[in-house]
Amino acid sequence: MITFMNNSDSEEEPCNERTSLMSAESPPVPSYQDGLQASEAGETQAHRKRRAGSSRSPNNITAGEMSGSGVPVRESALENEEEELTLKYGAKHVIMLFVPVTLCMIVVVATIKSVRFYTEKNGQLIYTPFSEDTPSVGQRLLNSVLNTIIMISVIIVMTVFLVLLYKYRCYKFIHGWLILSSLMLLFLFTYIYLGEVLKTYNVAMDYPTLFIVIWNFGAVGMICIHWKGPLQLQQAYLIMISALMALVFIKYLPEWSAWVILGAISIYDLMAVLCPKGPLRMLVETAQERNEPIFPALIYSSAMMWTVGMAKPDTAARGPSQQTWDAAEDGREHLRSPSHAESQMSETRSPVPTRPVTSLEELEEEERGVKLGLGDFIFYSVLVGKAAATASGDWNTTLACFVAILIGLCLTLLLLAVFKKALPALPISITFGLIFYFSTDNLVRPFMDTLASHQLYI
Amino acid sequence: PAFGLFIFTIARDPLRIIILIAGAFFWLVSLLLSSLIWFIAVKASDPQDERLQKGLLIFGVMFSVLLQEAFRFLYYKLLRKAIEGLVALSEDGCSPISIQQMAYVAGVGFGLMSGAFSMINLLADALGPGTVGIHGDSQLYFLTSAFMTMVLIFLHTFWGILFFHGCEHRRWWEIAAVVIMHLTVSGSSVCNPLYVGSLVPSYLLMAAAAAWAYLLSGGSAQNLRRFLLCKC
Repeated sequence: MITFMNNSDSEEEPCNERTSLMSAESPPVPSYQDGLQASEAGETQAHRKRRAGSSRSPNNITAGEMSGSGVPVRESALENEEEELTLKYGAKHVIMLFVPVTLCMIVVVATIKSVRFYTEKNGQLIYTPFSEDTPSVGQRLLNSVLNTIIMISVIIVMTVFLVLLYKYRCYKFIHGWLILSSLMLLFLFTYIYLGEVLKTYNVAMDYPTLFIVIWNFGAVGMICIHWKGPLQLQQAYLIMISALMALVFIKYLPEWSAWVILGAISIYDLMAVLCPKGPLRMLVETAQERNEPIFPALIYSSAMMWTVGMAKPDTAARGPSQQTWDAAEDGREHLRSPSHAESQMSETRSPVPTRPVTSLEELEEEERGVKLGLGDFIFYSVLVGKAAATASGDWNTTLACFVAILIGLCLTLLLLAVFKKALPALPISITFGLIFYFSTDNLVRPFMDTLASHQLYI
Repeated sequence: PAFGLFIFTIARDPLRIIILIAGAFFWLVSLLLSSLIWFIAVKASDPQDERLQKGLLIFGVMFSVLLQEAFRFLYYKLLRKAIEGLVALSEDGCSPISIQQMAYVAGVGFGLMSGAFSMINLLADALGPGTVGIHGDSQLYFLTSAFMTMVLIFLHTFWGILFFHGCEHRRWWEIAAVVIMHLTVSGSSVCNPLYVGSLVPSYLLMAAAAAWAYLLSGGSAQNLRRFLLCKC
């Protein structure tokens, strides 16, 4: 199962749970496996073509040597197949996550580099009350640590609050909260962002046009995120709001606090997901027990989930919010049944199962994917954006952090494939990112600068 | 051109992208360690002595080259393990990616990262105002940097193939040849700004490495002709 743990960071209180926690889905755990097997049908063809195009063919010597060991593998149990599928198609899912994370980071870095607004210090959030303009290093360190403690405790409180609400089934409240916060994100922050970008490029825009643009953007965003919409549009919106949120963080968090907060959040993430009493783990388990997906507005999903709902007649009778959840449930149930059929279909691998409901299962089968919490996006982007903003080595540091985060994501996904339960996505990547940031900034930069000035190449 | 290589050959297959990023990561780590060593050496020495600094720099360069090759070797080991894992888990006994492809992708990864690190600050500065070589330095700075970076990226790619091939078949002289080539190229860049001394040998070496890698990958003149004539 692929789920990533994500943390909440609070900006303004509605934004809190917006990003608060995203854990991966426990519900889709079985369905991911099934989905993998089922998606094999659609994907194997593509893979087959790719393999045929590569240097190997079944008649190759190397393949011949390996086929001996391949046969006993094939004869082994279903779980083995599941595992190998997990690992094999893990690559595809890793890429499905690489792309949005990369996009988000690119947006953030591009904005930071071009728009001055986000690197000016115009005050701090109330969550980080201690200023860092202190004369001594020790004082500054102390202030940043205090800031971090306050921020983390706010996040913990918000997360626990959200988990309690979820446990006591106050769905309406949670929904309302999410809607409010995403409203604010979509409208207010977009307005500010657009204003700053226009200011930077010296483009004049009148208020009515601005109003129409933002209204359209926001309304479509609300619909896409909270209700139904084309998957790619939903993904695009989620990326955009993550980027906006990250930009706000980069602007309003003072320097040292930002780094300490990043470190502390990854530790918190680790604990919240893995400890038995951690709030995020409880959330995931509760969702698992009730067989429900986690709120759609808080996770980035790389796969389609709502197509089933549109086709099934009885779900159409229910309300919109229920519909999405039921659709997900139906989706998962549908996924479980094709899997058994698929496993019996061994080598035929036709994407069209021999059952009446063909097209929609095909859609679900092919597109089961990975889910990553939005807060993860945000914190990755905060790290890279801060690197872009504050590092004097400019692009080298940014690039180094970028690669470090991607590798961390890879490793996390690998662990996910091995452990098959909700995992925190932040710690490994952020640790790598932090290490690389500080080391690149202090060690590599002088080296590269000196090399470049002498035009030496290594 | 390297980016074009990426788009056309690597971007399709997710496994290759992962190998690419991991290769870039390994290069980065090697750079990190080598700059650590250099940094320590610089801090421990007299900052005023020009010749010593230059000497230290060259030492740093050589050390970095050696470290890069060491990391390439480590990466090779890792990929071997990965390929064994993939083969054991694949359903028809073939790994979805061959060691040669991995070698190619790893080489591109190394090359891309090295090129990016060499060029990107230059590019960023090039966007800004200024004149090239105003202080009496060469005016061709940007151009030569671009060419040098390109040759280095290609070289890394070829070295990757050669290196992995050498490791596969236990031909130590191939590995040694790669290391020596790398040292030569880096050493020749010391002759900058006497560009003749660095660019020309590098390009020659690149052509040689390209031909060698091509032959190793099973190509031949016939393949080339067939490729050029029929497009399938």
